Amino acid sequence: MSERFTKGMARNIYYGGGAFFFLLFVALTFDTVTVLPKRENRDQLTAQVAHGKALWEENNCIGCHTLLGEGAYFAPELGNVFKRRGMENEAVFKAYFSAWLKAMPTGVEGRRQMPQFHLNDEELNDLAEFLIWTSRINTNDWPPGIEG
Amino acid sequence: MKYQSQAVAKPYFAFAILLFIGQIVFGLILGTQYIIGDFLFPEIPFNVARMVHTNLLIVWLLCGFMGATYYLVPEETQCELFSPKLAWILFWAYAIAGTLTIIGYLSVPYATLAEITGNDILPTMGREFLEQPTITKVGIVIVALGFLFNVGMTILRGRKTVINMVLITGLLGLAVFFLFSFYNPSSLTLDKYFWWWVVHLWVEGVWELILGSILAFILIKTTGVDREVVEKWLYLIIGMALISGILGTGHHYFYIGTPDYWLWIGSVFSAIEPLPFFMMMVFAFSMIKQRRREHPNKAAMTWASACTIMAFLGAGVWGFIHTLAPVNYYTHGSQITAAHGHLAFFGAYVMIVLAIISFAWPQLNGRQSNSPAAQKVEIASIWVMCLSMLAITLLLTAAGVIQVMQQRVPADGIAIGFMATQDLIVPVYWARLVAGMAFTVGVFMYLASFLVAGRTRDQAPALAANA
Repeated sequence: MSERFTKGMARNIYYGGGAFFFLLFVALTFDTVTVLPKRENRDQLTAQVAHGKALWEENNCIGCHTLLGEGAYFAPELGNVFKRRGMENEAVFKAYFSAWLKAMPTGVEGRRQMPQFHLNDEELNDLAEFLIWTSRINTNDWPPGIEG
Repeated sequence: MKYQSQAVAKPYFAFAILLFIGQIVFGLILGTQYIIGDFLFPEIPFNVARMVHTNLLIVWLLCGFMGATYYLVPEETQCELFSPKLAWILFWAYAIAGTLTIIGYLSVPYATLAEITGNDILPTMGREFLEQPTITKVGIVIVALGFLFNVGMTILRGRKTVINMVLITGLLGLAVFFLFSFYNPSSLTLDKYFWWWVVHLWVEGVWELILGSILAFILIKTTGVDREVVEKWLYLIIGMALISGILGTGHHYFYIGTPDYWLWIGSVFSAIEPLPFFMMMVFAFSMIKQRRREHPNKAAMTWASACTIMAFLGAGVWGFIHTLAPVNYYTHGSQITAAHGHLAFFGAYVMIVLAIISFAWPQLNGRQSNSPAAQKVEIASIWVMCLSMLAITLLLTAAGVIQVMQQRVPADGIAIGFMATQDLIVPVYWARLVAGMAFTVGVFMYLASFLVAGRTRDQAPALAANA
């Protein structure tokens, strides 16, 4: 590198650039946190939805599935499963969801298996509520199609 | 080895390599489960194997970073470590906590682990890469505090170089951003937003400081190039890393509920993220070209220079291919992400840890480098590992392209489902498994180089006064 570009200048780019962009990031974070309640319909985030999220975590669902595109890529996306399997009808989805989880694992040889999580009816309901709530988050129109 | 206390790096390096082997074993299990869905079910379900695979990676890289720090900080500060005893105590605490956590993952269902570790008191579990029980996370914080205290006291007492200042800044950032793993609101979007403050600000932020300083240290030692020149490069590289990487976090905020201005911010800034990796590559090769000495450790120099190429490809090129919002709309959460993840972690962080181990291990054992015979095996292992990881990456990219073309691009009704798409990809997954086995061969060759080094230690250059 040319001698005109000194170590001092490089250091200033590091400290100045790092600090400036971190502060900008913090400012944008404030804005994001302010608008998130509307985008995710936080007024509909009931105790059941919160319990559903806890169940989602305690059973490590993210270890196989993606949720809004994040997670593991072994099993289907669940951010829009309410639309894909429940046709956006809560009763239909809950019936389907509960029957599905109770039937696991399928035991079909050579196929990917979902473990049996032994959830009771209340837990199944709350987990479904969590997925229903999640499907209504404004995700900038992601995923591109119903298949996730 | 100039300072006695550098020897505490040894257990950290040895444990890191042990966990690396474990990570690869679980990688092979996962690769098999992608093809034979019920392989090892119900004993080791996919989610458990994946958690072990990714957590082992994080734990061994952190272990490698700590070993690297204990090795290079005394040399940079020109004084002994503040407390080698504390470093040993923390090593055992870390190793025992890490081992117990992995045993926990493998021996009981995850929900049971959550229950017995009191996850309901402070729920932090069950989020990708942060699956550790809350008590393990607390343990990590305690170890990190002790570690930073030990290293910080050493730096305060000794010479403050750009390398050790950048390194400690990176390590401090690592510890600070990890604290966000304790924040788990019931709002999914808030949870995801700050989850990235751990994950992205680690690997595309502060870890790059650690990577840059370890690389700069190795280059100074092996090439003898003037410290001023190296430091100028280091500042510039990490400056660009932060300028692009901090707002580059926005490329994770496209489709998780966050506002749409992130589509622009994330695309623009993350598109610059390859630049620091490109500069790192230019830096390494120009330092080697301008070298003022012929260091006998060719293997370490191969690791270091290859690290910059693979990091540029993995983090830079493979990051760029899916980072623009309109592209990511179709690739988000597909095997393209997995392809990028594998090459980026391997190229940037696995290789820099193996580079510093390659450089430091002979010195910690009283030699300037390993014998030429041992280095030959080690360099061959670098080639095998790099080429097989490239193959894994290309194959996962192909898998991702199939996913996008079959499942994402066609209209509803024409697009095929997730599992049907997976069935189509099976031949690619077979090839990926073969590439994974080739990688395992590379790991065995790497381990064999230690045996050869031991057997031919009389042919190794002794630790010279200038080492």
